[in-house]
Amino acid sequence: MSLYNTQKFLYELNRDEAAQARYRADLEALIGGFDLTDEESNALREGDIGLLYVLGVNGQILMHYAAFLGIEWFDYLDQMRAGIEKYGPVRAGVYAMTGGGESFTTEGKES
Amino acid sequence: MSLVYAGVLSHAPGITGRADLAKNTVLRDEFYAALDQQRQEIEASGAEALIVVAAEHFANFFMNNMPAYCIGIGDRYEGPIEDPDWLKIAKTFVPGAGDLAARITREVMHTVDVAYAEEWKFDHGIMVPLNFLTPLYDLPIIPVNINCQGPPLTPLPRAWAFGEALRRACDSVPEKVAIVGTGGISHWPATPDSGKINEAWDRDFLDRLMRNDRAALMDYDDEKTYQEAGQGGFEIRTFITIAAAAGGLGELQLYTAELPIFAVGCTVAKFSLDSAS
Repeated sequence: MSLYNTQKFLYELNRDEAAQARYRADLEALIGGFDLTDEESNALREGDIGLLYVLGVNGQILMHYAAFLGIEWFDYLDQMRAGIEKYGPVRAGVYAMTGGGESFTTEGKES
Repeated sequence: MSLVYAGVLSHAPGITGRADLAKNTVLRDEFYAALDQQRQEIEASGAEALIVVAAEHFANFFMNNMPAYCIGIGDRYEGPIEDPDWLKIAKTFVPGAGDLAARITREVMHTVDVAYAEEWKFDHGIMVPLNFLTPLYDLPIIPVNINCQGPPLTPLPRAWAFGEALRRACDSVPEKVAIVGTGGISHWPATPDSGKINEAWDRDFLDRLMRNDRAALMDYDDEKTYQEAGQGGFEIRTFITIAAAAGGLGELQLYTAELPIFAVGCTVAKFSLDSAS
């Protein structure tokens, strides 16, 4: 249920400009409105893309959140890889990493 | 007969958001040209409204109340929900076709228990197609969603039945209606594997789709699709729905797996509109 709440926090943040304003004005109050574990709260507090990915947040929700945070595309991919390295495999959901961490794009930051 | 156009296209956010990162600019521009051709064909059809069968990404629907199918019956929508600088599509309002959509929904309900919504925020799944197909946002849109993101997902035969219901509904109204399905084939979007594409799987699926071979299109199961085509492969439901709505053979206008920065095999196709089965 807790992953559900983490995803719901991000779902509401991603789609609602009023929630985005509350995020910027008082993040603690926004987080306090959801039943989250300390690990989940900290991940949201710190914008820890890698941990949220490992916890099993749906990739589409996570991608929109990363865009909201202003994280560049290749940095976003790298942060997910770093999360796997630090916290282990994805624990839930259907957005697991299958490729061992290599890049599947021929394009890169230098493109 | 009031269905006047049926087609499919890709919708990945990189198509607009990461356009400047594409290495193969020739192929990228060929893809954009195929999308513009699709725009011209929809315009030439005389369509008064465009149904967009999408696989939205948690812009409106969440696991607290997830419909398998939903039709938008509002008169106006807004989008994108994403950071416009990231998607490179400015926030805007898009006209709906509330009355027409409500009549279509009523007809669909005879065979499919579809949900409806007067509020709908568009994400990249609809905004990227509209960016190419109605760049001035001057064609009324009827958004339709098939849940392809949050399992449990609707079985493929139900997606087919939904397409047949949409066709019957379009043929029951006097307005000229176009329909497009937007989704990916094999892809692993929003993961570190972004850019991974199973081209052989895609081409086999597209062959079945262009033949409009119902039996072959139903011969997928989600577990195998997940293994071979990734979680993005679940979005084949939108393409299958359009094949069922069209009833006729498809014409593949463009497919390429050579733009991995877009994170999907880029696809544009149209169907002939044989009598609905």
